[in-house]
Amino acid sequence: MNVNLPFPDLAPAMPEIVIISAATIMLLLELFFKNKGVLAFMGIGIAALAMYFVPMSIGDTFNGMFKSDLYSIYFKFIFLLNLMLTIMISLQYMKREKAEYGEYYSLLLFATAGMMLMASAKDLIVLYLGLELMALSTYILAGIKKHDIRSNEAAIKYLLLGGFSSAILLYGISLLYGLTGTTDIYSISVYFKFQGSSLPVVMAMMFITAAFCFKIAAAPFHMWAPDVYEGAPTSVTAFMSIGPKAAGFAVIGRIFYVAFQSLQADWVPVLIGISILTMAVGNILAITQTNIKRMLAYSSIAHAGYMLIGVIVGTSEGLSAMITYLLIYTFMNMGAFAVIILLDRGDEIKDYEGLAKSQPLVAGLMLVFMFSLTGIPPTAGFIGKFNLFMAAVQAGYAWLVIIAVMFSAVSAYYYLRIVMNMYMKDMTEEASITPSPTLALALAITIMMVFAIGIMPSLVIG
Amino acid sequence: MVPLSWYIGLSAIVFVIGMIGFIVRRNIIIMLMSIELMLNSVNISLVAFSHYLQDFRGQVFVIFIITVAAAEAAIGLAILVALFKNKSAVHTDEIMEMKG
Repeated sequence: MNVNLPFPDLAPAMPEIVIISAATIMLLLELFFKNKGVLAFMGIGIAALAMYFVPMSIGDTFNGMFKSDLYSIYFKFIFLLNLMLTIMISLQYMKREKAEYGEYYSLLLFATAGMMLMASAKDLIVLYLGLELMALSTYILAGIKKHDIRSNEAAIKYLLLGGFSSAILLYGISLLYGLTGTTDIYSISVYFKFQGSSLPVVMAMMFITAAFCFKIAAAPFHMWAPDVYEGAPTSVTAFMSIGPKAAGFAVIGRIFYVAFQSLQADWVPVLIGISILTMAVGNILAITQTNIKRMLAYSSIAHAGYMLIGVIVGTSEGLSAMITYLLIYTFMNMGAFAVIILLDRGDEIKDYEGLAKSQPLVAGLMLVFMFSLTGIPPTAGFIGKFNLFMAAVQAGYAWLVIIAVMFSAVSAYYYLRIVMNMYMKDMTEEASITPSPTLALALAITIMMVFAIGIMPSLVIG
Repeated sequence: MVPLSWYIGLSAIVFVIGMIGFIVRRNIIIMLMSIELMLNSVNISLVAFSHYLQDFRGQVFVIFIITVAAAEAAIGLAILVALFKNKSAVHTDEIMEMKG
């Protein structure tokens, strides 16, 4: 028997290939290097190399299962940026926490590769495999401090709820497969153009929506986020609050805009409900938190609510505003977590009392990131929100924007409470910091981008 | 021949059993087993669809799901072992370090 299998064109998948092979090699190199910092720098280098390959990777490959287009390129850029910044902030931190394992860096790389596969998936099988590659790596990352019970607890909670959500996703996918006879996202969209919605279609859609709402931590599927964010090592929390969320949005954008495009009337009302509920839950529950990582978990839930507006809007402006918001969120959120890591004791909100007197520079950085997360000009957070809400107003969702702005005003309370603690309260204890060059670099990049985007929005818009 | 609807019914029943098991039971090992049950119900329906549609994608997908499920179980049990070393508990009610 002579089977003629054409060799697939590897160019569109080059960034993923670079990342996955480097991660595998790093697993081996881990044995030879006593100083794990080498692996960290290797990871940053690999991310930079992959970033170099990203812009020239447009095209379809692997029998049409993998599609690299402008949309996925933007997301891959965010994932790689997230990877680089995470490695920069974790170098010193993992040493301090006595959890310096070489696997840490290769798992970060594997998780990023999974996210990139999700953004590029044109077939539901690839999508599922990318999702699991990301999820399984992040479960381990959450539990990497294996002698810390809180880290273990975060990992097991994340694993149980993540496994549950992927089972729900798979049931939705199996229904879709039964209905359409294919797993290709574009063929599914063709099928739905001729076939209206029916009960099984709506069920499949609801299952898939629920599963991805788990991934982006949207209410009512957000319960895992606060516990996992609090228990996981801070650098992993920073990674998780951006990467899997962005990947979830990449898939939501792709599935809803391509596969379910002709069923818009069915899914828009559901997403509007989820978005409003997410903003409400995230912003209101964040108010009572005393742990800053937990507070930022609720804040990230609230931000997922804002970003969902970009999907609901249904125009290309909406989607691009969502991507811009994700990019800005990467900088400001990563910056806030970098400050938390910089402080020796910075997990509780009361640790920030009087920080401006003992560490004025650190307090100043935190102030900027908190202002940006609130959305106060001239920081990037304002531009992101403005851009997103503008797209929604233009598409006729002014009432949704009013609700979002109201919840955004609520968010000022808990973000500015940290600022108030830093500047207006008396110092209880002298705060100490452990600076490191890479952490300083990460802080410099994030603060610079927060201001640069805030002052010159044309950098990211358009 | 067994009609397709029987397979789909079986798959739905197994899925619901898994789901209820996950929500009701508080033992982590049983919760992991419930997730496995849900995944296998998906496998039943995918294979059934694949057979009736005369299309191989569904069966290929099942192979992938089985592989990933094995990896997931391995990671889940590894985390559970780490947890058990720090605190001898497998019940979610006893593992409550964080609240709010």
